[in-house]
Amino acid sequence: MLRIQCPVCGLRDETEFTYGGDATITRPAMDETDPQVWLDYVFTRENPRGAHREYWHHALGCRQWLVLERDTLTHEMGACVLARDAVGEAPAKEVAA
Amino acid sequence: MGAYSAISVLWQGLTGNQGWERVWRDPDPKPHYDVVIVGGGGHGLATAYYLAKEHGVRNVAVLEKGWLGGGNTGRNTTIVRSNYMMPGNTLFYERSMKLWEDLSRDLNFNVMFSQRGQYNLCHSPAQMDAARRRGNIMRANGIDAELFGREEVRRRLPYFDYSQNARFPIHGAIFQGRAGTARHDAVAWGYARAADRQGVDIIQQCEVTGFLRDGDAITGVETTRGPIRAGKVGLAVAGHSGHLAKMAGLRLPIETHCLQAFVSEPLKPLVDTVISYGAAHFYISQSDKGGLVMGGDLDGYNSYAQRGGLPIVEHTLASAKALMPSISRLRLLRHWAGVMDMSMDGSPFITGTPVEGLYLNGGWCYGGFKATPASGWCFAWTIAKDEPHADNAEFTLGRFERGYQIDEKGMGPQPNAH
Repeated sequence: MLRIQCPVCGLRDETEFTYGGDATITRPAMDETDPQVWLDYVFTRENPRGAHREYWHHALGCRQWLVLERDTLTHEMGACVLARDAVGEAPAKEVAA
Repeated sequence: MGAYSAISVLWQGLTGNQGWERVWRDPDPKPHYDVVIVGGGGHGLATAYYLAKEHGVRNVAVLEKGWLGGGNTGRNTTIVRSNYMMPGNTLFYERSMKLWEDLSRDLNFNVMFSQRGQYNLCHSPAQMDAARRRGNIMRANGIDAELFGREEVRRRLPYFDYSQNARFPIHGAIFQGRAGTARHDAVAWGYARAADRQGVDIIQQCEVTGFLRDGDAITGVETTRGPIRAGKVGLAVAGHSGHLAKMAGLRLPIETHCLQAFVSEPLKPLVDTVISYGAAHFYISQSDKGGLVMGGDLDGYNSYAQRGGLPIVEHTLASAKALMPSISRLRLLRHWAGVMDMSMDGSPFITGTPVEGLYLNGGWCYGGFKATPASGWCFAWTIAKDEPHADNAEFTLGRFERGYQIDEKGMGPQPNAH
């Protein structure tokens, strides 16, 4: 059981959350015309063995989208912040405008 | 090293089993090979075997960082089937099935392939329609498939919940009689022995730490046992595909996820076939030792940890109990996890890459074990001839660019949903 330190609700079980995938992926501008850029956005991933920034949705809690730093090899937890606060470091696809 | 036969087994039994020889050599790596295969699981060993047997490429090494078959080859639930319906998949998996049917004889090693049949249960009229369509596509391609209604399923598999209380009532099932199970360790050992007999060097405890390059082209590998030069390098490293591709400067349409499997305490024979639940992601069979072998969903988040979390244990066993209430008091004997190379469309890669000298076999998601023979056969073809065989022609990296994903489950680019 992963336990995630939600910045709103505190330490909560993984079963309250939905996984949202790699948070370092940035959606291209809507007028982007290079298919390679869209290909990378939709399909290719860094898939690191180690530190990973990832989205989690606290679906059965405060319903906020979060950005969590987690090690994919050890499952060690790092910082967890609201996705809207992480905008700028890594623009978030799920954050409302 | 002699071939195994009934006579050799009998003779060894009569003479105290003193005469068995080492099954494969343990050579030091040579400085150069024509082909180096990274990954000593079923796929890598099968590739080396077919390179030597089918294409006469015998100066081959298989490098394994741990022990043979210690990754996903030894961690799967041993199910073999060929019930695929997307063009690109169907005939590939049927090639695999045909190779399985002759594998023990071909390798001179008993892989205990048991064609006990596999049922995919359907729990709604819509699922029955989808099963009928799948079955028709299979039969049109010469693959066996049968569709059974509820009463026939009940007659054949009486131990499921057919009561009014069943959470997901069983409407019927699609059945493939030639499907079944094989002993997964024996597959690795059988291919290792057969490859070794063809002159392939199998080098264990040898981790690849980087690539040797000449300009952009890859000309070998750096390993914990020194540099090894190679004409061609093939990757068959399952969940670590992305990790090795990154060393070569490639980004792949793959995420690595953790998948668990479970074995119960042994029972007398109960489940004499392979069952896939259609309502939740759950499948069950029974091993020759009597344990019920079960599998379920991915843990759901990127992981290289090779160990699973408890929420999926609960989810899988809840599925088991919903389907077969009679096993509710059974205890688990073991559970473990492997790391899956989940591709963005749920289908694999057997292909050359944009990097000269580097070939990729990966993206197997949950389905690598059944594919082992055809995977090795097609990967060997691709490496030897520098072009794909018709059966793996669609398993390219470029299919995403062209919009030709092979999305058997129709999930879209969500690796944790396939």
